[in-house]
Amino acid sequence: MNARLAPRTDHLDELEAESIHIFREVAACFRKPVMLYSIGKDSSVLLHLLRKAFHPAKSPIPLLHVDTTWKFREMIAFRDQVAAQGDVELLVHINEDGLRQGISPLTHGATVHTDVMKTQGLKQALDKYQFDAAIGGARRDEEKSRAKERVFSFRNAQHRWDPKHQRPEFWHTFNTQIRKGESVRVFPISNWTEMDVWQYIRRENIPVVPLYFAKPRPVVARDGALIMVDDERFTLREGEKVETRMVRFRTLGCYPLTGAVESSAATLDEIIREMADSRSSERQGRVIDHDPGASMERKKQEGYF
Amino acid sequence: MDAVTAPATGQGLLRFITCGSVDDGKSTLLGRLLYDAGMVPEDQLAALARDSRKLHADAGDTLDFALLTDGLDAEREQGITIDVAYRYFHTARRSFIVADCPGHEQYTRNMATGASNAELAVVLVDARKGLLPQTRRHSYICSLLGIRQAVLAVNKMDLVGCDERVYREIAEAYQALAQALGIAKVDCLPVIAPGGDNVGARSTRLSWYQGPTLLELLEAADTTPARAADFRMPVQWVNRPDQSFRGYAGTICGGRVARGEEVVVQPGVQRARIERIVTADGDLDSAGEGQAVTLCLDRELDASRGDVIADALRPAPVADQFACHVVWLGDNALLPNRTYWLKIGTRTVNARVMAIKHKVDVNTQAKLAARHLSLNEVGYCTVGLDEAIAFESYATNRTLGGFILIDRQTNATVACGMLDFALGRSANVHWQHVDVDKAVRGTSMGQRPLCLWFTGLSGAGKSTIANLVEKRLHALGHHTYLLDGDNVRHGINKDLGFTPEDRVENIRRIGEVAHLMVDAGLIVLVSAISPYRSERRSVRELFDADEFVEVFVDTPLAECEQRDPKGLYRKARAGEIRNFTGIDAPYEAPEAPEVHLHTAGQRAERLAEQLTEQLLERIVAPTGDGDHVS
Ligand SMILES: Nc1nc2c(ncn2[C@@H]2O[C@H](COP(=O)(O)OP(=O)(O)O)[C@@H](O)[C@H]2O)c(=O)[nH]1
Repeated sequence: MNARLAPRTDHLDELEAESIHIFREVAACFRKPVMLYSIGKDSSVLLHLLRKAFHPAKSPIPLLHVDTTWKFREMIAFRDQVAAQGDVELLVHINEDGLRQGISPLTHGATVHTDVMKTQGLKQALDKYQFDAAIGGARRDEEKSRAKERVFSFRNAQHRWDPKHQRPEFWHTFNTQIRKGESVRVFPISNWTEMDVWQYIRRENIPVVPLYFAKPRPVVARDGALIMVDDERFTLREGEKVETRMVRFRTLGCYPLTGAVESSAATLDEIIREMADSRSSERQGRVIDHDPGASMERKKQEGYF
Repeated sequence: MDAVTAPATGQGLLRFITCGSVDDGKSTLLGRLLYDAGMVPEDQLAALARDSRKLHADAGDTLDFALLTDGLDAEREQGITIDVAYRYFHTARRSFIVADCPGHEQYTRNMATGASNAELAVVLVDARKGLLPQTRRHSYICSLLGIRQAVLAVNKMDLVGCDERVYREIAEAYQALAQALGIAKVDCLPVIAPGGDNVGARSTRLSWYQGPTLLELLEAADTTPARAADFRMPVQWVNRPDQSFRGYAGTICGGRVARGEEVVVQPGVQRARIERIVTADGDLDSAGEGQAVTLCLDRELDASRGDVIADALRPAPVADQFACHVVWLGDNALLPNRTYWLKIGTRTVNARVMAIKHKVDVNTQAKLAARHLSLNEVGYCTVGLDEAIAFESYATNRTLGGFILIDRQTNATVACGMLDFALGRSANVHWQHVDVDKAVRGTSMGQRPLCLWFTGLSGAGKSTIANLVEKRLHALGHHTYLLDGDNVRHGINKDLGFTPEDRVENIRRIGEVAHLMVDAGLIVLVSAISPYRSERRSVRELFDADEFVEVFVDTPLAECEQRDPKGLYRKARAGEIRNFTGIDAPYEAPEAPEVHLHTAGQRAERLAEQLTEQLLERIVAPTGDGDHVS
């Protein structure tokens, strides 16, 4: 019973249509929407759906990347390629205050770094551009507390999320009414699973950052995770040494906070097969999630995506 | 258009909902289902074993599967699921989305949410308890939201000695219940959730049951509609990148459409043929329900978001008054005659619940008389819109028959509703065209008609100031009328009291009367507490833009109490009168009145004079405008 076989894929059509519907609803109902682009596989799928939703027109919704300055170099190169295609506008925001204070995941730790560079950075950007709808790639299957998240998730003028006062959602008839200063976060791929994402990437030939595919990479074992040494800012602690191992990443974030998994899956088919009999969950590689209890919920209330 | 029957799509995605009462074992069953489908990765399984041991020190290595599906901190602490949570799993045959709904008493709202997108319900009962009032309630809500298929899982069979008779009795009782509620297809099975008996694998303890397991039932569930629907697509977004392309983007919510077929853009009557069915993957020859497409028509029409593109030979009915079920979700009660936004498909219009025919006891389905609906109550209502829409009965089409109501002050989603049928009246009562209009009548009186709406607390001085203003205008030769809230209550509003629902109706009627008088060419002064923003806004919307002046007579409550000209505050404080504005009923001050009068330290005469000065400019009749000279 425990053999997790790959499912049939015709449900991908249903998921795709639902997501396109959500994108169009955002474009039609909000004054100034934006799509948060984090360069990972979910963002790649979102971008693909965004293009499809408005074809043959160009997307009326720009992309925003909140750059923590600690992303893998390959991610930034990939992002710049996407921007160079020119059919979608890409905005990049960096929390300059945080940069000036020299906030780094290596010295300040995961929690402080993420709060300052990611959460605060995002709020700054939303305030600066006055976006009233921010589309994100969160999926309900990622984490327990996300299972209850709405597709259109209301945020007050302070960007806070109140799990007790969410608007109930019926059918695909979303309540998009907000007052000035308030905003919504919108999750078009709420109903997708990690498996759906990969199968869709394969079906649609969607480009993703090469870091998802296994390759010999320089890594250091630290705090139970394999951290890739991506640039010279990474300093070794006593007794640590850099080894070259065959690894890949299941999620992508700031490189010092993202654990690699040992794998030989170097193609999409191999990734999907590996996942079908995978024995661990997706977010395990994220250092920031290792706080006790349902911590994601707390971060979300504070405005983390 | 030929009725093109949609090809059976095979076993695609199945969306189902789980319902049960607290402690029936629903979380455990769901957790077990995920586990048996192989969806629990090793790291989670390790965490589960750890948490299980922590929580149940005495239970050895038994896994508590319920922990797999619990989520928010607060719920964990309280040990109950308090919201709808969505779970995902798949087998080799099918993918599933589960709406996990609470069994808790007061959460009708969450169930309705979960049921709205579900095609099937898994109903759980405790074998020791049999059918409970909640079982009936949950099944009723599922049925109300359009679910026509259920699986009854009789759980905790181990606690009744795996007795087949117990199971049979419950199963039979449920079959009868489901039938009565209009749930056409029911499968029953006995299960033991923690052990996984009949969940993912057959049970040796329950060997007398020969039927499929829960997982097998779900894999095989056939949800294709019995009848081919007519083509419908609400326009979501007009795709217009340049002059050469104009397409209507939307998701088809019923039937199929093919290139060349004739369609009508509703609620209007303009027709066209489908020229292209555009998708990013290339044009299609035809498309069906559930597909997100962009339609190009063979001629230029003015269609926009909210319109429905429909089969020209079998168009959707169009109406502005309906009978419908409403599930109330707001913290504040539904007030008949208050204006809400109604969103149906992609259209948003103003709507009023004109009458609550009855409310439905969700436990017994008994029809009860009701004047308002509170949180989690279900009512059968008549709803009126300020414009006609294309619709379908909810039983025919969930998208064009299902709506939400949105509070116009708070933006909260306060109800979901299911349309039943159009009321004949709306189609038959037409506006009669008249030649002598407001402007003509006003001009012959030498003025531009206007409504001056005084709002404020009792004793604020509304009547006093309104009275002074009227005297001044009258002296200047204007034709006026003062509608006083008190006086109106002796006549046209004699039947109304001071409950919230009566206050809403009171203001609605005063507004309508004032509107008629403005139409007659008069300058109307209304003096009424009119405590709710929502109703003042509705009244304002009756008038043309420059025809309505809201005057906020702003006197602090303490000052009003001190004046207490009619001794009412004293009585209210003594508890002799109830629902008194400012004491035990709310006053919602205007946010942006045209005129804001701070009365403290001011003489009423002075305020009235200033106000009159401001008004004169607006009410003098336009001169030299040929159209308006009678
Ligand atoms: N029971 C009850 N009666 C009220 C309430 N508000 C007003 N009334 C009655 O309605 C009348 C309306 O008074 P109002 O127009 O506010 O007085 P004004 O401000 O002096 O014009 C009062 O004289 C009362 O008889 C209320 O909240 N509860």
